[in-house]
Amino acid sequence: MPSGKEMRLRIRSIKNLAQVTKALETVSASKVRKAVQAVSATQPYAEKAWKVLVHLARQPGHAMLHPLLIQREQVKKILVIVISSDRGLAGSYNVNIVRHTLQRFHKSEKPVEYITVGRKGRDMLIRRGCKVMAEFSDIANVPTFADLSTVGRLAINSYLDGNVDEVYVAYTQFRNMIRQEPVIEKLLPMDIEVTGLTHGGMTTHPSTAVFLYEPDETGLLDEIIPRFTALQVYQAVLSAQASEHAARMVSMRNATDSARELGAILQMDYNKARQQAITSEMLDIAGGANALAESMAG
Amino acid sequence: MPIRTEIVSQDRIVFQGEADLVMLPGAEGMMGILPNHAPLLTTLQYGIITVRSKSDEFYFTVAGGIVEVQPDQVTILADAAENVAEIDIARAEAAMQRAEEMLKAGVPQDPDRYLKIQAALRRSTLRIDAARRYTQGRKKRD
Repeated sequence: MPSGKEMRLRIRSIKNLAQVTKALETVSASKVRKAVQAVSATQPYAEKAWKVLVHLARQPGHAMLHPLLIQREQVKKILVIVISSDRGLAGSYNVNIVRHTLQRFHKSEKPVEYITVGRKGRDMLIRRGCKVMAEFSDIANVPTFADLSTVGRLAINSYLDGNVDEVYVAYTQFRNMIRQEPVIEKLLPMDIEVTGLTHGGMTTHPSTAVFLYEPDETGLLDEIIPRFTALQVYQAVLSAQASEHAARMVSMRNATDSARELGAILQMDYNKARQQAITSEMLDIAGGANALAESMAG
Repeated sequence: MPIRTEIVSQDRIVFQGEADLVMLPGAEGMMGILPNHAPLLTTLQYGIITVRSKSDEFYFTVAGGIVEVQPDQVTILADAAENVAEIDIARAEAAMQRAEEMLKAGVPQDPDRYLKIQAALRRSTLRIDAARRYTQGRKKRD
């Protein structure tokens, strides 16, 4: 049985702990909101860029043959961009995305290389002997598009150089506060039919008028596809950030609840011990007094 | 018939409104778009976009992008667009100085870094230029 002082210290430290986790929970809640807002701020550009892209890609002639739109017959190597967080204390957030990614790619017959965004994912992949081609960490909280355009560019360059034949992005999609799902999306070669579904199934431009193109269709596709790919990466990171903060919020709430519960149990134990000590002391006094009275009387 | 004009960058809507004339730095040089322009898709260069309506005139710096023109609509997908009235000259000047100093210290080995500094220099030069030219011109006309 620990002494009363030890117990008091323990109770106090647990109460402090609950305060810290409660604070982290509140901070994460506001960060979720910001990240979600940032995701929806990318929507107007994404929708418009998508419309233009599909319009261009569907032009008869050479436009469909753009290198970023062609499925390669032989896939020799795969590149996966894995988005995780720099910091822990987010429950199973990082473990889930890495496990989901490995389930799909670890047993693949083709060699797979990874680009990691976030320190946790990088460490876990390296520990399992995965080849990490590049890593990005210390991503700002709600980064700007410019902060992340390098990631997309790197992927596009590796693809165009022929180093890899397919590019995927693995991230945790934010659905709502309690639901975040690890997902894997194909970035390159861009499949305009499939991507259209995930972007709301937008139709091409209604106008059937003949367009003027400057410089030409291929030149425009050269400009717009890399931008769109970079935007997809950007959106993935923002969504992943929202998920990270939501996961952290939930795990901190659980921590706060358990700390409070534990604090209550300890407080109860302490009170019981204190009461017992007082009772036994009183019994001692009473016993002593009785003995004294008996000896006086006798 | 006014032209519905939208300037969107990757992370926000920069401008939304109606215009009688939109001037922009297209792939083959500056172009002025009037209502009923033929449908057109073009890339953008570094430069300044002017959006003019009867009552007002707005200027934006843009670092490249893509434009879709329809007879009654102009959609600008801009990389890093900014309203000139919002430019903080002091900050842009500081950025330019930083970039110049970095280049003076020697060309960095890393090509990515070199490109970044150059981009920063170009961007800040454009912003300073635009802010000086248009914010002052505007004040005079008021």
